[in-house]
Amino acid sequence: MFDRIKTFAAGDNLPRFVILVFYLLILLVAFFLNQSIGVLISDTLIRYGMNGILVLSMVPAIQAGTGPNFGLPIGAIGGLLGMLISMEFIPQTIAGHQWIGLLVAILVAIVFGIFFGWLYGLLLNRVKGSEMVIATYTAFSFVAMMCIAWLVLPFQNKSMKWPIGQGLKNTITMENTYGGLLNDFLSLKFVENHLTGKLELVFNRSNSWVIENYGIESALKFQFPTGMILVFLLACYLVYLFINSKTGVAMRAVGDNPSFAVASGLNVNRSRLIGVILSTVLAAVGIVIYSQGFGYMQLYNAPQQMAFGAVAAILIGGASAQKAKISHVIIGTFLFNGILVAGLPVANQLVEGGGLSDVFRVIITYGVILYALTKIGGKSNA
Amino acid sequence: MYVLEMKDISKEYFGNRVLKNVNLNVKPGEIHALLGENGAGKSTLMNILFGMSVIHSTGGFEGEVLIDSAPVNIMSPHQAMDHGIGMVHQEFMLIPGFTISENIKLNRELLKANPVSAVIDLVAKDNKLSTVDVAANARDARVALDKLDMGIDEFTLVSGLPVGHMQFVEIAREIDKEGLKVLVFDEPTAVLTESEALNLMEAMKKLAAQGIGILFITHRLDEVIHCADRVTILRDGEWVATKDKVDTNVVELAELMVGRKVEILPKAPREGVGDEIILSLNKLSVDMPGEKVKGVSLDVKRGEILGIGGLAGQGKIGIANGIMGLYPTRGEILFQGKPLKLNQPKATLDDGIAFVSEDRRGIGLLLDSSIEDNIAVTTMQTKNDFLKSWGPFKLQDKEKIRQHAESMIKEYDIRCIGPHQYTKRLSGGNQQKVCLARAVTLAPDLLLVSEPTRGIDIGAKKLVLDNLLKLNEEGMTIIMTSSELAELRSIADRIAIISDGKLAGILDPTAPDADFGLMMAGNLKGGEDV
Repeated sequence: MFDRIKTFAAGDNLPRFVILVFYLLILLVAFFLNQSIGVLISDTLIRYGMNGILVLSMVPAIQAGTGPNFGLPIGAIGGLLGMLISMEFIPQTIAGHQWIGLLVAILVAIVFGIFFGWLYGLLLNRVKGSEMVIATYTAFSFVAMMCIAWLVLPFQNKSMKWPIGQGLKNTITMENTYGGLLNDFLSLKFVENHLTGKLELVFNRSNSWVIENYGIESALKFQFPTGMILVFLLACYLVYLFINSKTGVAMRAVGDNPSFAVASGLNVNRSRLIGVILSTVLAAVGIVIYSQGFGYMQLYNAPQQMAFGAVAAILIGGASAQKAKISHVIIGTFLFNGILVAGLPVANQLVEGGGLSDVFRVIITYGVILYALTKIGGKSNA
Repeated sequence: MYVLEMKDISKEYFGNRVLKNVNLNVKPGEIHALLGENGAGKSTLMNILFGMSVIHSTGGFEGEVLIDSAPVNIMSPHQAMDHGIGMVHQEFMLIPGFTISENIKLNRELLKANPVSAVIDLVAKDNKLSTVDVAANARDARVALDKLDMGIDEFTLVSGLPVGHMQFVEIAREIDKEGLKVLVFDEPTAVLTESEALNLMEAMKKLAAQGIGILFITHRLDEVIHCADRVTILRDGEWVATKDKVDTNVVELAELMVGRKVEILPKAPREGVGDEIILSLNKLSVDMPGEKVKGVSLDVKRGEILGIGGLAGQGKIGIANGIMGLYPTRGEILFQGKPLKLNQPKATLDDGIAFVSEDRRGIGLLLDSSIEDNIAVTTMQTKNDFLKSWGPFKLQDKEKIRQHAESMIKEYDIRCIGPHQYTKRLSGGNQQKVCLARAVTLAPDLLLVSEPTRGIDIGAKKLVLDNLLKLNEEGMTIIMTSSELAELRSIADRIAIISDGKLAGILDPTAPDADFGLMMAGNLKGGEDV
């Protein structure tokens, strides 16, 4: 058994292993500190659903050989435009219309994702070999440029604009649109009824059953965001279908060995472009799902750091800068968000004074990325 | 009386003996040529002389190196320099943005103190911060350049110099070093024009006249006759002969260099090889770095195995790469009577030509993918095979890919854990079999195979060659490019020799050794007109 752990922990699995041990350790500490494990796990699941597609957006880019998609904010801005346009034009006061709002937001996000991804892919095809740095700074510049756009774009909806002056708000609530719509779709929630003091199981926002109180409610304050998880799994399945199609196989061959691809009659630039566009589209859709889970959309500088968490998550899942699978997304998103969710209250309880948990998040995020980047080049020496 | 003696030198790499009791002696003031084909052991011998780490990290060598009759133990190139051994490299080791003078004196600059270094040297005493004395360095550089009759200004930047001059700067750097006894030239004329080469040989004679022993590595026979005093010939890691130039001639040298390595069984007259031309190259030029093809015209008959031989860097590798369209290509290629689109690998594949690259790891394989994916991917992309419909999508048919890979693994005896194993974990020979299986899966009419046995063990070698023969018997036309003449002679029907980017001639596999040697060295044109 020990030997098997040792073999697993060696080499590529090392970061995954360290984080896994760390996560279990935090859960253990949380348990002894009387934190509600139910809340920790359900918060992890919610963050899992929110971030899943963003992390998934790393896969096509890595497989096409352009490295982790540090340009994720570019796609995210496409998603924000989709949400803004949906909010501007689709009145969503009636319950059923919220679905239309969400659908329109996703469709418009896809359109912008394709357009931005195409431009961004053309750029990346000109800078082969230094995609990651270029992508990071392209995204930073684009975010900065859009800061101006948010001020001048002619949106009229009052709930999106500053009460006085020009421009869109920093944070726009989605309370009155489709915020939380997917979280609650087919979801299971244990909620304490404040009138009766009893624990109720709520299904799909409406149906509920009263449950006898067994005195373990603190451990049971649990919810399962079924809709969001389903959308994430659906996205994973669609990407799986794509990477097993003829075009997907060509894209992976290009990413693995461009010279081989040329000798097999493949168009390297075209495959890379497809990979980047797909990544950008996924990032755009991902931010829509993220925002509806969060309940707010965030403009201006908010998208700037978005890429790093997603990159760290897939790397923790076992991917490298040259190789990524969907299983890496599924594992990595859970571990990364699990640590953040559980680590925050534990850290705050252990050490007085706020801010520590965020320091903790930054160390993990950048540490994992740094570790993965030092591994680049190992392939050519192999 | 010898300035350099290498006695009974033997070297093994991982059980593979690459040098066997080689002897080499250089007198002061002589030009001694070291002659041999690629892989004869010249480079290994020089690596030993210069104490390269590749020698010492693989268990050192047997034998003795003597300088001025005193045994020396050279553990690094730096020590070799201290013993008075210099090297003029084939690829120039010069810094383009520095002047000639700076390049000549690099890391051996003459220095003068400045106020800062004067203070620091009170403690450190290593002069590391002293100012470089530009004028004194330039004077030294001038002296070295004058010895070579090179009038060029020592403050010129290296970056703009013609290739021939760069070589001279390298030589000037070596002769500027104090106590230079032996100077090694590693195929110095390979990159030079004819007149530049003549200049270089004049300079070598001049240096020899000053008492320096010169070791001249080459495979150009006429240069040996032109300037060497003595010549040592290596073949397959063995010492073959050391001759005085006056006692020998080009033909004898060619024969000694090539030799007969394997018994060649006279091949039965081949059936199925008619007069039909399947592929016709017309003035094919390929701009492949290091393997330029400069106008080759050649016909290939349906059903034959055509061998393409020649020395490294002469352009034989470029031909197959040019047909595939992997490097910029000009000229005309007629395949099955129709012109082939140039520079379009996809068109070439679609027309029924498959390619096994000489660069197995660089071009031939997806190292991070499984054996089965490697075998199927090209056929899937060009012929839409190995796909199945799933609603509106076309997905890869994993079952069919697996079945095909398993049958290929059996047929080509690929030693692996299973079809899912990554190709980077396979040995060179098994990787080569995967490359071959991938090409054969395309069911091509014409198979281009480059260096199929490079870097693989002898058992795998035989399997690969046998498989090529079998494919040929089943009707596939094969063009095999190889640096190993013996292997070309054992399976090819005709052998085209490429020299200096051009077709030197076409020989029968049973032609005499001397013809092959002379033709490869560019001393014989034409040959048997088949």
